[in-house]
Amino acid sequence: MEAISKKQGGGALEYSVINRCRKQKIKEGAIILKSRKLILILTIFISFGLVLAACGGSNNEDKSSGGNDGKKTEENEGSTDYSVAMVTDEGGVDDKSFNQSSWEGLQAWGEEHGLSKGNGYDYAQSNDESDYLPNLTRLTRDGYNLIFGVGYLLEDAISKVAEQNPDTNFSIVDTVVEAPNVASITFAENEGSFLAGVAAAKKTKTNKLGFVGGMDSDLITKFEVGFVAGAKSVNPDIEVDIQYVGDFSSADDAKLIATRMYGDDRDIIYHAAGAAGNGVFNQAKDMKKNDPNNEIWVIGVDRDQHEEGKIGEDNVTLTSMVKRVDVSVQEVSNLGLNGDFPGGEILEFALKDDGVYLADTNEEAYTEEIASAVDEWKEKIINEEVDVPQTRKDLEEFEKSL
Amino acid sequence: MENKWFNILVPIISVLIGLFAGALIMLFFGYNPIQGYIALFKGAFGDLYFFGETIRQTTPYIFTGLAVAFAFRAGLFNIGAEGQVIVGWLAAVWVGTTIDAPMYIHLPLALLVAAIAGALWGFIPGLLKAGLGVHEVIITIMLNYIALYSSNAIIRSILTENADKTDMVAPTASLASEWLANTTYFSRMHYGIFIAILAAVAMWFIIERTKLGFELKSVGYNKHASKYAGMSVKRNIILAMVISGLFAGLAGSMEGLGTYGNMTASSGFSNIGFDGIAVALLGANNAFGVVLAAFLFGALKVGALNMPTQAGVPNELVDIIIALIIFFVASSYLIRWIILRFKREGK
Repeated sequence: MEAISKKQGGGALEYSVINRCRKQKIKEGAIILKSRKLILILTIFISFGLVLAACGGSNNEDKSSGGNDGKKTEENEGSTDYSVAMVTDEGGVDDKSFNQSSWEGLQAWGEEHGLSKGNGYDYAQSNDESDYLPNLTRLTRDGYNLIFGVGYLLEDAISKVAEQNPDTNFSIVDTVVEAPNVASITFAENEGSFLAGVAAAKKTKTNKLGFVGGMDSDLITKFEVGFVAGAKSVNPDIEVDIQYVGDFSSADDAKLIATRMYGDDRDIIYHAAGAAGNGVFNQAKDMKKNDPNNEIWVIGVDRDQHEEGKIGEDNVTLTSMVKRVDVSVQEVSNLGLNGDFPGGEILEFALKDDGVYLADTNEEAYTEEIASAVDEWKEKIINEEVDVPQTRKDLEEFEKSL
Repeated sequence: MENKWFNILVPIISVLIGLFAGALIMLFFGYNPIQGYIALFKGAFGDLYFFGETIRQTTPYIFTGLAVAFAFRAGLFNIGAEGQVIVGWLAAVWVGTTIDAPMYIHLPLALLVAAIAGALWGFIPGLLKAGLGVHEVIITIMLNYIALYSSNAIIRSILTENADKTDMVAPTASLASEWLANTTYFSRMHYGIFIAILAAVAMWFIIERTKLGFELKSVGYNKHASKYAGMSVKRNIILAMVISGLFAGLAGSMEGLGTYGNMTASSGFSNIGFDGIAVALLGANNAFGVVLAAFLFGALKVGALNMPTQAGVPNELVDIIIALIIFFVASSYLIRWIILRFKREGK
């Protein structure tokens, strides 16, 4: 810019003359264009929107089947007057993780009682933090009897709305809210992850493992600590590399982390990073594709991620640490329906009641030997012979005791 | 005169075309657009609760809209409002949770510190732009990420012991109002809206009635002419970014002291700052226009949540409809051009 102004030399006057000339030209150009072009432009914009809309709609067929008139819970056609709704966190009901799992649970519950979406059960999606409370409040005012908040991010919103609406029942997944009308659903992620660690320790050839977490939080620490404890219980010499993505959505960052870990001879990565974990799968699949003899594995999380690991004939998913969020949602809904809503209670879904378990879908990789070792440790945890650590501090003591 | 008339007409037409395009898409996919828009309207104004939530959402939008508009007036594109919101939010919560003082000191102090934090976050790109000619867009985008991840780290390791969110701010620093919440059935509407409107008046005053405002506008119109006229272009660029950041920082304090009362380590941007760009565009970079545009965006954002449950329109479609409205708003240049053409043809 400096250079230009120096060249102009004459300064502001000359500059404005040049400018005026340019404007004149633009105006002349505009007159030449035919109005037909305008219509064309508008058509392009609108059809662009339609194409986008088509893309958005296609993978969510189940959502759009909800019918298009405002239905109130009073108009129930099902066998019951009890109605249940859920509010997702930022992930949405197709996150291949616990939001999806909760929604599957709610759908199963609705089917069990002859209800349909919008008639007896429904969900509201949150696009960001500020949507949690309005969504919860709206569903409360629509007269739902029980409303689930899915994910620890909704903790504050649930405790507020529960205080304001003492006659409605609420339930929160993955964290604890203390209120007489809130049932808290938690999972023993550390126990499930311990078994994942055992399986990984049995499978690894390099004795080096990786853990990719989403956000460094109390919840994800439970996964990390359980995994490390499980692996070291089998072989104290195993080394686990721990790295966090920083969020639950940046699959590209997770892929970079996985690239480094696999490059570092770590042959099994356990991810607890929600949708970001797909990056770990992508990297593993890329490497498997280049060299089918590559012995690398991913351990999935929340749902059975067998499908995510498929690459041609092979599958890189060793196993998945499954949390039965769907079962918990269904169970709490049924308790509420029967008038036994566990308000004020903390329901922990642990190993002993199959609230968490390791998937054995990949029979080829998840061998008998691994399965029997996992079962052995599972028995020990259930019989309380092993106290699985929950925090990093617990883990230090646990490692000393080995 | 004609110009003024134009500035009002163009945004209104943009919004109408956006709504119309949204209706076409709903029709195309077999949803009833009238029911869809009724649900949208009810979701935003259906009763006092939703009205309160709409106002709550409008409050930070006014601030970020003002922030972006202010920089625009000086010919600068402040994409960094998002980061300035985050540092302002963090600063407000920091003061709100750690200091012990009576309300008449605590609350103004928290607001002031938030404004300073935002201003500082605007000062950096302003200084680099004025001093070294580095483009402000690049710097502000980078500063957004720095703000996001540093504040996450500060929340985890300084404000708390590895927790995901801070404590609630002390009642003496809170903007939340029991009176407003009770009259709106527990909505999160807070006193911030009054501060936001004051800020809009302040922006109008600075831009239209002071020497500083005149210089800023002048630099925005033509840097070289302003320099020739003896104004300090560098000083004005820095000042514009600082004041812009100040407004955005206050937007963050609205969230920290009003809506949430704390701050959560976040995996992504809040989008308040980015939406502020659209608010400023729709409001034609004018303080009064920004208030109206912020209100429209607040209503769209809160009302849209009601469309899936009440009218059965899927979330994805709602996002597209809202995006189309914003798209047509942003393409107001096109609409301006079309109107001009038809006018000329008429003659």
